[in-house]
Amino acid sequence: MEARERLTEAQINEDLLGPTLRTPRWFWPVAGFLASVVLAGAVSFGLMINRGLGLTGLNRPVMWGAFITTFVFWVGISHAGVMISSILRLAQAEWRRPVTRAAELLTVFALSTAALFPLIHVGRPWRLMYWFLPYDFPRMVWPNVRSPLIWDPAAIFTYLTGASLFVFIALLPDFALARDRTRGWRHKLYSVVSLGFRGSLRQWKLQAIAGILLSALILPVFVSVHSIVSWDFAVAMSVEGWHATIFAPYFVIGAVHSGVAAVVTIMALMLWLFGWKRYIRSEHFDSLGKLELAVGIGWFYFFFLEFVFGMVSLEGAELALKDMQMFQWPWSLLFGIFIVTAFFIPIPLWMFRRVRRSILAMFLISISVNIGMWFERFLIIVPGLARKQPFAFTWGSYAPQPVELIIVAASFALVLLGLLLFTRLFPPIPIYDMKEGQVLHKDIKVGRSTVPGIARE
Amino acid sequence: MAVESQYKWTMVVDIDRCTGCQACVVACQAENNIALNDEESFLRRRAMEWIRIERYWEGEYPNIKARFIPVLCQQCENAPCEPVCPVYATHHNEEGLNVQVYPRCVGVRFCANNCPYQVRFFNWWEPVWPESLRNYLNPDVTVRSRGIMEKCMFCVQRIRRGQRVAAREGRLVRDGEVLPACVQACPTNALVFGNVKDPQSRASRLMAHPRGYRLLKETGTGPNVLYLKKVDPEFHG
Repeated sequence: MEARERLTEAQINEDLLGPTLRTPRWFWPVAGFLASVVLAGAVSFGLMINRGLGLTGLNRPVMWGAFITTFVFWVGISHAGVMISSILRLAQAEWRRPVTRAAELLTVFALSTAALFPLIHVGRPWRLMYWFLPYDFPRMVWPNVRSPLIWDPAAIFTYLTGASLFVFIALLPDFALARDRTRGWRHKLYSVVSLGFRGSLRQWKLQAIAGILLSALILPVFVSVHSIVSWDFAVAMSVEGWHATIFAPYFVIGAVHSGVAAVVTIMALMLWLFGWKRYIRSEHFDSLGKLELAVGIGWFYFFFLEFVFGMVSLEGAELALKDMQMFQWPWSLLFGIFIVTAFFIPIPLWMFRRVRRSILAMFLISISVNIGMWFERFLIIVPGLARKQPFAFTWGSYAPQPVELIIVAASFALVLLGLLLFTRLFPPIPIYDMKEGQVLHKDIKVGRSTVPGIARE
Repeated sequence: MAVESQYKWTMVVDIDRCTGCQACVVACQAENNIALNDEESFLRRRAMEWIRIERYWEGEYPNIKARFIPVLCQQCENAPCEPVCPVYATHHNEEGLNVQVYPRCVGVRFCANNCPYQVRFFNWWEPVWPESLRNYLNPDVTVRSRGIMEKCMFCVQRIRRGQRVAAREGRLVRDGEVLPACVQACPTNALVFGNVKDPQSRASRLMAHPRGYRLLKETGTGPNVLYLKKVDPEFHG
């Protein structure tokens, strides 16, 4: 804990609202670049609709590839929001304050991007009306509720609704703040979205209650979303590597592992881009690092269990699959990248306080974790399909093709672009929450200096 | 609603008779308007063969043998492809066939992932036939578009035609009256097709055959196709 200055409310308003109201010089070039990558992805998708999915590297044994990997990846990232804001809010961890909105926004944008992937991946996106758009009522043909692909949209849209509400409730006081300090179209916009928030006692009370209620209500959704995504694989009894009961908790904790790392990435970017040294401090990275350390080790435990469960049965096919994932070229290379970047680089480094407090180190490690976690999903999905049964005649392999790589890259650009455009309209650090933190925190005397306490009594 | 059907279609594959000649593959291709496979589709593992001959080498040199096994949709009783389809594009009909409803298919490909026999085929491209072959397309069978899944349905169009003829004459379809294209084309009679609800049919009489086994029975899919094991004195003495 280090000493920090007391900030006046005017200072907080100026610092946190400023970058939203004044467009920084780097903004349009960066947004333009990201938009062009998104456009390239859209063109690739159009090309796939026009020509067929033959443009991908998919084939008969490997019917799911980079798209589904990226879908699982983004759903995983989206678990950061609830982990940070709901769980830490209920646990009254004071250090969460500047982190919460970034995490929730990441949830919303990552989840929306993830929801695009099943649409990109299907053979006939123009026939989705049979899937989850208005059902085929006239012929009384309903979607198949036994299919995990029906559970999926249900879980994802529930989560997306909950997470969007969460962001919106937390934004209300900041909207009102911005409304009172702007003119012109911004004033009109903020007037509408602030829903007449005037800061009366009753309104504050309702806002706080709504926040706490949503935190509690969203927790079951948080657990269920990635469990259901894991069942896309775990119920597939014909694929040796997928049919595992441990998948649900394994996927959930893996999602938190990658999600919290992504929050660290976004926090570091916000700090550098907007110069919020007084708000996003090394102690926040320290706390996130400790959280990550616990989550990362927990995730590794499940990963290890998944391997052990595969091996204790001594089934030839399962052993052969594990052997293939770990030791056979080129899977061995991917496995090496995955285990080093997702576990052996971050976990030992997070144990050092100096690393946790170095923003550059935390930024690089968080990216490393997410590289590893993408490969983890790839290694779960592809090798299992490539050799799903003992008939070697139908074995195959898979390598992503240019359209797939472009669309995957475009999804990253889309999430970043969404976050970036958001900061143009809305403050990415909850202003009212920061002020509340200023009021609520207790000063603790440590030797000669006074430091803010991290837990509320 | 469920009306007990008088048919339950099955196939018996006698591996001992199969020479691996691929006549069944060609016949199926022609009957079912299956897209033409070129070299690239084989190299990229996207070839469409609703029935295929898998070839395995058995034994050590010089005592080595080529083994052939025709693999087609097993029309599983407990088909893993069916529950995973979000849009009910694939379901079991009352005659024991696992049928694919092409207009409903959106192409999520979960069914193909969950099929242990890998007998579901995805249309990666829009199928095209050269002008000279256009008139050879079977008018009884849909030409599938890109982006959907297709599979063997025991030549359901032939079964339906046979049933219409039989219904006009007020009787059931006789054994051997309806044959899928592969069965019809097999020069060694390795494939036998029939109705197991008719105890006198050839297929029914083979059901209790001592050489009989089901493919990947341990996965619990309840395959409807019976295989008869190879008789090999050299190997099994």
